[in-house]
Amino acid sequence: MQTTDPQGSVPSDVPEPPPHADEPRKLEARLTDADRVYRAVVSSGAAATLLLITLIGVFLLIGAWPALKEAGFSFLTEKVWTPDGQPPRFGVAAMMFGTFVSAVVAMAITVPVAVCTSLFINEYAPRAVRRSLTSLVDLMAAIPSLIFAIWGLFFLVPALAPIEDWVVAQFGGWLPLAEASATGGSLFNAGLIVACMTIPITTSIIREVLAQAPRHECEGALALGGTRWGMITSVVLPFGKGGIIGGSMLGLGRALGETLAATLILSIAFEIKPRILENGGITVASGIAIEFRDAKEMGLSALMAAGLALFIVTFAINFLAAMVVSRSRSGAST
Amino acid sequence: MTTQETRALTAAPGASPASLDAGSKGAPTASSTGPSTGSPAGPARRVPPRRRPRAWRWSDIAEAAGALAASFFLTWLIFNRLLPFRIMPLAFFAIWFVLFLPIYWFVTKDGQGTTAAKDRVATVFVMAGALFTFTPIVFVIGYVLYRGLKSLSGNFFTQTMQFVGPLAEATDGGALHSIIGTLEQLALATVIAVPLGVLTAVYLSEIKGPLARPVRLVADAMTALPSIVAGLFIFSLFIKPHIIGQSGILGSLALSILMLPTVTITAEQVLRVVPGSLREAALALGAPYWRSVLMVVLPTARAGLSTAVILGMARVVGETAPVLMTTGGTTLLNPNPLSGFQDNLPLFVFTQIRSSQESQVDRGWAGALILLVIVLLLFILARLVGSAGPGRRRFRIPIPGRGGRRRGR
Repeated sequence: MQTTDPQGSVPSDVPEPPPHADEPRKLEARLTDADRVYRAVVSSGAAATLLLITLIGVFLLIGAWPALKEAGFSFLTEKVWTPDGQPPRFGVAAMMFGTFVSAVVAMAITVPVAVCTSLFINEYAPRAVRRSLTSLVDLMAAIPSLIFAIWGLFFLVPALAPIEDWVVAQFGGWLPLAEASATGGSLFNAGLIVACMTIPITTSIIREVLAQAPRHECEGALALGGTRWGMITSVVLPFGKGGIIGGSMLGLGRALGETLAATLILSIAFEIKPRILENGGITVASGIAIEFRDAKEMGLSALMAAGLALFIVTFAINFLAAMVVSRSRSGAST
Repeated sequence: MTTQETRALTAAPGASPASLDAGSKGAPTASSTGPSTGSPAGPARRVPPRRRPRAWRWSDIAEAAGALAASFFLTWLIFNRLLPFRIMPLAFFAIWFVLFLPIYWFVTKDGQGTTAAKDRVATVFVMAGALFTFTPIVFVIGYVLYRGLKSLSGNFFTQTMQFVGPLAEATDGGALHSIIGTLEQLALATVIAVPLGVLTAVYLSEIKGPLARPVRLVADAMTALPSIVAGLFIFSLFIKPHIIGQSGILGSLALSILMLPTVTITAEQVLRVVPGSLREAALALGAPYWRSVLMVVLPTARAGLSTAVILGMARVVGETAPVLMTTGGTTLLNPNPLSGFQDNLPLFVFTQIRSSQESQVDRGWAGALILLVIVLLLFILARLVGSAGPGRRRFRIPIPGRGGRRRGR
């Protein structure tokens, strides 16, 4: 009786099915019309996000085209910024230099500090305060950059001024890095403020990656008689290498695009110089923020070209960093 | 004799049966098998005191205190005797720290060897790094409170800057126009960015179509889109060709670009922790996909989605660069975001702070205090909402790469 049943064997305690149950019920696997609408709406939302970023890139390129055509290759090498002059002369060399110098200063502080902070929260801090410290780092990441920038302008830079003056007076004569005619509105100080903004983001990523170091390996290292530092250098840091690199690159992306610290602190000067403690400098972002008001046809186009350059650089760095971080999370790097 | 035998046995717990036999013959042989029991009739072997490697011993504290004192007096000597300085606290601490490290190194190395010394010095270094992170935040909040409370008055919330001259007192006038502008622009930006962000998140976590990979990568990379570029985009799209003049709505558009990736990534994380069994149950009961998402998945993730929205708002409320280019900025009260210049709290702070008048700078600090309070409130709200819901996970301002954690599992 049961062998003819296409459903296969049926437990014996199941009551005998009514006769019409022999036909398998109809299964519908196709989407209903409403589901098609739902899929279309959601997919178009995702496509809009994708389109938006493409649109920004394409639009900047179109807007920047006249300037790029006018300047040609000199756009990358020219320091002067007089795009509305006759003849127009402009280039991103000085802006890019300032952007990278302040970002490098910021990262030189951020990376060691962020690694130390993550290690402290994960390995050294008492368990009770660990979550509060993590919250504090997140809170720091939420504070607007404007507030860091004005704090830097009114508090940090004046506080550091005597030290910087002393460094300039003592080492300025023979160390080109420390030479300066006046201090205060320098790329170094701008980078210092930017570091305040990149530290929380970088710390947040690095801490999360380092927390995933395999606990049994850490305990093994300690059980073999290693010190805490020995455990960190032999297990935690090698495991988190990818996260540290990726987190630092994400911080670098932030540092490159930071506008307000540079706008408020730098005294504007379109020049390339090794004297990072000296007043004067410009970054791409602050250049756009300062110059856009007076820009005419060519000026705006030139600003868009500068914006495009910044966009490409930050996007590439973030892209790479996101890939490095997500790969290090899955454990592929260990 | 029996007690001595047992002592010999406890002294050599791993002793073989042969040595047990030897032990029964006499104490001298037993002592030769057991590790250094001393004289046969003497007391049991002294077990070294149990050492807890993370507990502080008096000698450790003495080493640290000694190194601290030595480096302190050395710094003092440098400052007071060798160099013609006035004492600068910051430089003093820096030099103290720099001197402390090597002194501490030599002291512990002398007492406990290289490995322990390395560990100690590294501990100090790590703690100093953590201190470096946490000090600024205390100083920032403290300084903003200190400067802002001085010139904050009741009329800051009720008046505008329309009739306030540059020489007026810091407590004259107010930021009503900026606060209204901020609220309206924030609301509009939320209305634009949240539906788009949630749709994208639903696509990423529910449909997982062919666009999922590029969209996720782009959303990751967009979190660090320079805010000035968003402003420049809107500026050159609408304002320069004179399609729409500078107005609040354009500020909202620029802010929504910055808000979008934050909302998307957080919302996707939230949707991903909704248990798959809920979805399957809805589908098994015959619900079409759209109903399972709309009536099961999204309501389950309600709390987390609210967190995503709040975090998005916190991300953009303090953005200055894009509104600088798009909203125009004014001292008048303009409640209509669709036309005419509109002010904004970050813009208010920015313009007042840059002024050379002391009273205007003070007024800017009051604005900064309000801005900080708004951000803190949003932050706390996000924590409360995020920890109340069924997900019971904490969500943070998203960071690219975080989304990839559970990919492929």
